[in-house]
Amino acid sequence: MDFYRAQVLVCGGTGCTSSGSGEIIERFEEQIVKNGLDKEVKIVRTGCFGLCAAGPVVIVYPEGTFYSRVRAEDVDEIVSEHLIKGRIVQHLVYKDKNHEEEHNMALENIEFYKKQKRIALRNCGVIDPENIDEYIAFDGYQALSKVLTEMKPEDVIKTVLDSGLRGRGGAGFPTGMKWKFAAASKADQKYMVCNADEGDPGAFMDRSVLEGDPHAVIEAMTIGGYAIGASEGYVYVRAEYPIAVKRLEIAIGQAREYGLLGKNILGSGFDFDVFVRLGAGAFVCGEETALMASIEGQRGEPRPKPPFPAIKGLFEAPTNINNVETFANIPQIILKGADWFKSIGTEKSSGTKVFALGGKINNTGLVEIPMGTTLREIIFDIGGGIPNGKKFKAVQTGGPSGGCIPTEHLDIPIEYDTLTQIGSMMGSGGMIVMDEDNCMVDIARFFLDFTVDESCGKCTPCRIGTRRMLEILERIVKGQGKEGDIEKLEALAKNIKATALCGLGQTAPNPVLSTLKYFRGEYEAHIKEKRCPAHHCQALLNYTITDKCRGCTACVKVCPVTAISGVVKEKHVIDATKCIKCGSCVEKCRFGAIEKR
Amino acid sequence: MEQMIPLTIDGVRVEVPAGTTVLEASRLAGVKIPTLCYLKDINQSGGCRMCVVDTGARAFQAACVLPVTKDMVVKTITPELREARKTLLQLVLSNHDKQCLSCIRSQNCELQKLSRDLGVDSGAEYSGAMNQYSIDNTSVSIVRDNNKCIICRRCVAACDKIQNIGVIGATLRGFKTTIASPWNLHLAEMACINCGQCITVCPVGALHEKDDTATVWKYLNDPTKHVVVQPAPAVRAALGEEFGLPMGTSVTGKMVAALRRLGFNKIFDTDFAADLTIMEEATELVDRITNKGVLPMITSCSPGWIKFCEHYYPEFLPNLSTCKSPHEMEGAMIKSYYAEKAGIDPKDIIVVSVMPCTAKKFEAQRPELSNGGYPDVDVVITTRELARMIKMANIDFNKLPDEDFDDLLGESSGASVIFGATGGVMEAALRTAYEVITGTELKDVNFTAVRGVEGIKEASVKIGDMDVNVAVTSSTGMATKLLDAVKRGEKNYAFIEVMGCPGGCVNGGGQPIVDSATRAEVDIRSERAKALYNEDAAKTIRKSHENPSIKKIYADYLGKPNSHKAHELLHTTYQARPKYSK
Repeated sequence: MDFYRAQVLVCGGTGCTSSGSGEIIERFEEQIVKNGLDKEVKIVRTGCFGLCAAGPVVIVYPEGTFYSRVRAEDVDEIVSEHLIKGRIVQHLVYKDKNHEEEHNMALENIEFYKKQKRIALRNCGVIDPENIDEYIAFDGYQALSKVLTEMKPEDVIKTVLDSGLRGRGGAGFPTGMKWKFAAASKADQKYMVCNADEGDPGAFMDRSVLEGDPHAVIEAMTIGGYAIGASEGYVYVRAEYPIAVKRLEIAIGQAREYGLLGKNILGSGFDFDVFVRLGAGAFVCGEETALMASIEGQRGEPRPKPPFPAIKGLFEAPTNINNVETFANIPQIILKGADWFKSIGTEKSSGTKVFALGGKINNTGLVEIPMGTTLREIIFDIGGGIPNGKKFKAVQTGGPSGGCIPTEHLDIPIEYDTLTQIGSMMGSGGMIVMDEDNCMVDIARFFLDFTVDESCGKCTPCRIGTRRMLEILERIVKGQGKEGDIEKLEALAKNIKATALCGLGQTAPNPVLSTLKYFRGEYEAHIKEKRCPAHHCQALLNYTITDKCRGCTACVKVCPVTAISGVVKEKHVIDATKCIKCGSCVEKCRFGAIEKR
Repeated sequence: MEQMIPLTIDGVRVEVPAGTTVLEASRLAGVKIPTLCYLKDINQSGGCRMCVVDTGARAFQAACVLPVTKDMVVKTITPELREARKTLLQLVLSNHDKQCLSCIRSQNCELQKLSRDLGVDSGAEYSGAMNQYSIDNTSVSIVRDNNKCIICRRCVAACDKIQNIGVIGATLRGFKTTIASPWNLHLAEMACINCGQCITVCPVGALHEKDDTATVWKYLNDPTKHVVVQPAPAVRAALGEEFGLPMGTSVTGKMVAALRRLGFNKIFDTDFAADLTIMEEATELVDRITNKGVLPMITSCSPGWIKFCEHYYPEFLPNLSTCKSPHEMEGAMIKSYYAEKAGIDPKDIIVVSVMPCTAKKFEAQRPELSNGGYPDVDVVITTRELARMIKMANIDFNKLPDEDFDDLLGESSGASVIFGATGGVMEAALRTAYEVITGTELKDVNFTAVRGVEGIKEASVKIGDMDVNVAVTSSTGMATKLLDAVKRGEKNYAFIEVMGCPGGCVNGGGQPIVDSATRAEVDIRSERAKALYNEDAAKTIRKSHENPSIKKIYADYLGKPNSHKAHELLHTTYQARPKYSK
């Protein structure tokens, strides 16, 4: 084994990769060779660190210096200053609002990480996901060897049951129960399936786990396979996740090579192998029965339950399906025990949950928090609050199936049941923050537009009902809302929730229902007063020129429909009947004299 | 022993075998839950949601796919459920072409009936964008009008599950979901066998036969044409249903009377040609057996099956009997033998076939099925089209007297009548083959082993010192299984009867449409077949070779079965066809 005096960890997650971390790694490798450091310094491409807003991220150990927004041209300086001379490159060090003066910021001091607890993400940003030895060095495959040598399948199931782990894909069904049902089904062939068809807009929890720690998922699937009596596993992953797919395939290959997958694993007599199946990006294929249909080569459409997959699943055989993040918790639960896991989080929701923070928030990125943390802590402490001094308005959890949560509920602890009670849901972990500029009717329209587009079309309420709801919402945001539209939305929402075939259809109206519940006034303003209180909906805005106008005529020249007129050096006016609300004049005005209201 | 599960439906306690669905169980409780996409054994997908019930679960569940559980309490009628169904129906109607007055399925439309039952009118409550499609009328047999389609997918299930063809399926998704062929090809470009099973399961007017009645009216009104009609055996077993008669009523006499009143110049019977087919086919079989020809020999009466074989099993083409199908033989005899006898130029003769079958429309256009430049059959109309013509002609069908077919090509044996049911051709052939081979009289003409609606039937028949292994199958889905077994060498038969539609011609794609509620309770195949077997039993002549008109035609015109002349007029050839024409 080689030893190095310093290690440079460069984030190889999708976010940092797309902002150039690949080039940074190349540059580092070039530079350490050039400076003769290649025996002393190791460059590691890791998974996601989580703080995507600060990416590309580079951490230099042993100091643990956290460099943010690093560019390829900064590499030479880090090498010559930090790695050769031992001087931290101050201007590249990450600073947050509580540490503006600190010059050697390490991960554990950063506000973003302080309240986090990383179980599912524990290896993300720590190890090289393409190197099985690094995973093994961090206790990897120890849980599997414990299971195969010391535990009976029922012991494994009991541990998972006792841990209180619930499905991280959204619905929160107890994982141990699922395993128990699948184990109870008698069949020659059973399957263990990993649902990596993460499709919520803005969500990338599962993607990061697969990119940063693929072996954890493979190890967990193997443990699960042993518990339920399955000899084959499938990971159903979106083709839009090329890095995740690549690393998963590398990891499977390595595990096979090490005898950790395949026949007679660790000499235990247990056979298990994992195969990757790529999804073509249909949101509905994240629904477990649709996912199985897709693996089978059928059109990705849900099937009625019962029969549940544990009785009749993939290829009609008993099947257990868990989400990526659920699996990522399993090895730790086995190693540290159910009590340890149960000690984290709350009574009914133990452990942690990963969220993808997005929208109007300073620290866009991936966070893992213990259950029971409040929304306020996530958004304001970890997430660093709302940018540009704007006011928080709502946070959307649960993706297209979830709801919008207003300020009044910011202090509720995050748990499966509390989120459901206030009209949203845990979901897979998307968390989109909205500020005062967001129109809640338009937010509902956005999510419904997504569901309508992604509906498989099998059942009537989802196929036609959601479309009709969308049409009403589209009318409202265009200022064509009619008296009775809200009631019609509510009637359709009620019908779809009660009659749709699958979970996606049944939850599709949630964004509308929750915004109606908390922001009904905004709907009414659109419909009755033809006014968008957030000044967001184009069709309802009026552009006016204020007294700040100096009469420079720049707006007149840029207006495509000659709606602006006036005398040079005097205040101009916009003819509202001609104005097409394109906003060109606002962009052009140097005096901030044009208001949209 | 079957485990019995007790449960309560709308307050009524019932016990049903484990595995029963709530929908099925509800019938025992005297409860009729509305359905739309449900089709017993064929389409149970829980897609339309019309049959939702309340079991106390988080959401309503579709009764058609919900298995019963012990002591389950099911409510099928609550204000919430009624409202839910109404809304679902309004949504369906909001994207449905509601030109009901002139729709081919008006008054026989499950959507229309449901709307009436639930008191839903136009769907205007939730009006919005509607999908617009061009009508696919490229097929000579089947018209697809997706503007009326309600995405129940019964046609898809019939094409795939019953027929194992799958040339149509759901494509696109969400609101744009539509039923189409791969790459949006037209039906005529697909390896569609024109069987029309999709039409008979469609609850609305999205699928119907290519209507050829206008052509028939045109010929009937043309004094220069001598229009001859011939109905197939299965038509008489089902035509009555179009006039409110119970399923399984034989209406042969009234049908002949109606045809005469419509103005056809001659009313002949395809049954006669069925007897002729037996003469030719039995002779061919004996020849193949004795001269070590290609075996098993497979029947060729069903045009759906023939096209299926050409597309999907071309390796079995040498096994197909070279006999033309009965109505084509009849057509050939009308335009030769009858034309000569009656002194009419065949160019002036129009042969109209009334068939239980949409595939016959395609068959009639095959260039190889013609003689001297004239097609054997000019126009094919289905049972449904004939009923439409009768209604249009102000004929009070139920009050018609029973009349007889015209002489020469109108007389038939009992053997020919049962052609319309699965196993009928086999039984008719065995009756004749037995006597031809052994030269002794067949004591019991009833070969019951080949009767009934099972998908695959097998029998070993002792003819003289020979054990002849035969098999009978109906639906191309079942034929697939049988042919694969033959291919794998697992099965060894001398003679196989294949009918393209399940249950044979009585359940053909051109027959009266039966709604899903009735289908759930009655087996159309056996009910209609009863009419044919009763007619056979009532006949004094029950073997094809004993039909006096058959004896006469061989004596006067054809010589003997499989003679040169018979080959020229009554036999045909086949061609392998690709899966896609593009």
